[in-house]
Amino acid sequence: MSAAADAAPPPAAPAAPAGPNHGLRIFLLWLPLAVIADLVIWIVWGPHLPPGTMSSSAANQQFDIKVMAVLAAPVMIFVLTYFGYALIVWRQRDGDTEDGPALHGNSRVQASWITITSVIVLFLAVFGTVELKIANGAGAGEGPSPIWKPGGAPLQVQVIGQQWKFTYRYPQFGGFETTQLVLPEGQWVAFHVTSLDVIHSFWAYQLGVKADANPGVDNVAYTKPEHTGGFVVRCSELCGLWHGAMFDYGRVVSMSAFRTWAASTRVQLAAVTRILPPYATTYDPTVVPQINKAMAKAGIGGANGYYYPPQDPVQP
Amino acid sequence: MMAVREEARWWLVSLPVRIATLLVAFLAVVGGAVFILIHYLLGGPPVENFTAGVRPDTGAQVSVVMQEDPQNTVSTRPDWVSYFIKSPTTGAWVHTTLFTVPAGSRVNMTILGYDGCTPLRNPYWGRVTGTIGNVIRVNGKPTSLINSWSGCNVGHTFSIPALNVNVPMASPGLTATLCGTSPCTSGPHKVVTFSFMTPRHSGDYIWQCRVPCGGGFLDGFGGPMQTIGFMTGSMQVVA
Repeated sequence: MSAAADAAPPPAAPAAPAGPNHGLRIFLLWLPLAVIADLVIWIVWGPHLPPGTMSSSAANQQFDIKVMAVLAAPVMIFVLTYFGYALIVWRQRDGDTEDGPALHGNSRVQASWITITSVIVLFLAVFGTVELKIANGAGAGEGPSPIWKPGGAPLQVQVIGQQWKFTYRYPQFGGFETTQLVLPEGQWVAFHVTSLDVIHSFWAYQLGVKADANPGVDNVAYTKPEHTGGFVVRCSELCGLWHGAMFDYGRVVSMSAFRTWAASTRVQLAAVTRILPPYATTYDPTVVPQINKAMAKAGIGGANGYYYPPQDPVQP
Repeated sequence: MMAVREEARWWLVSLPVRIATLLVAFLAVVGGAVFILIHYLLGGPPVENFTAGVRPDTGAQVSVVMQEDPQNTVSTRPDWVSYFIKSPTTGAWVHTTLFTVPAGSRVNMTILGYDGCTPLRNPYWGRVTGTIGNVIRVNGKPTSLINSWSGCNVGHTFSIPALNVNVPMASPGLTATLCGTSPCTSGPHKVVTFSFMTPRHSGDYIWQCRVPCGGGFLDGFGGPMQTIGFMTGSMQVVA
């Protein structure tokens, strides 16, 4: 054997066959599923998502839920696709007793995951804030000094929670109070939600309005009814023995029908309206001058015939 | 070594003792559950039946007589205000707020108001609604509105929200000496009468008082206001 032959490098070992590109496979499985899911959510399921489109705030909430579902579905489908792929492709075969390859960090995957989820979360934060603003609070109680309010002159409706019934006052129609909630179509409504006793919560489901009713607080929520029809009002704060029975039904009617109803109801309730306290954003019946006067006149200071103050005594 | 010793000590307890302990514990748990079930869930005031001999949905009339008292000396809560119902069979006053009436019938109510006055928290409930003619009679005098803020003249209310029935209960004068033993059989009181129609279908209709009359509780909203058998109850309509 010559020296030259001795110096020749050994023949290169044959290259290991390239494995399948798992990432590409998973992506190709995930992409059509995600597109199909998003189309189904947006076109088929979306129009039926709660709370419907009866009011501006309801439609706004439905849109928001659709957007979130469209964003969430691809993420969920990716997780499930990866899970299924791993179960099938990387499962342990019969007779295979070897350990799998050691796991090492993959900075590219980690960076992608963090980047994508961060972008989604930050987008939702901005999106949610913008949606609250353009929808004038999106039907939620904004407290006594709302920062997002519609222009013009909304119809004022006061919602008064009391165990276990809501009553409604219409200050622009003489301040009458009624157990019926009737609203005009196409008109912005400002709900002033308060309570006379414990904490309640005014939830007009199909209108997409939900606002806590706290005693001594004027909680304002806006909406614009877009379609005529009926809607359900429920108390959504556990408020005592008959909380479950604290519900009623409201109506959205045409503007002309609303005006007719308001005018006739105002006349019908004139007698009781005269004995109501003047319209105010909140009420404290324990300091009504007439009551105090009557009590003082009668010399009543004990338990019978007067309002029990909160400190008398604290409930055991 | 310690663990072994502990284990050995445990096994010193004989099998019968261990079985007996288990049995006692099991019976204690079951007994507690049964007590809660019977005492709190299944227990409660009796139901007075006003349907006997009445065919539902025929417009027949039934008469229900109740009274509201400043106390309930026949219960374990003698200082709580309370309603009573007069039994249609025995004529005795019964400490309950549960009663049954036939569907599609006219209920003629008579309520004796023995309790003193407390103004309504919301004077809106001084308006009579849901009764036939939207009127009640107070000592025979037709009334459709009582202003409880102009004087102390309302003791409680009888309200069935689902039927839009709301009746302010007139009370004796401010200076009246109220009956001191329940059920009241004498003493100053107002007689409130009214009628309403029951629905034509079966159902349970809660009724309640709207005056915060739970003395000793926060804002007067606890105690009798939240307890069946005192100031709230249920009217069962039977078709």
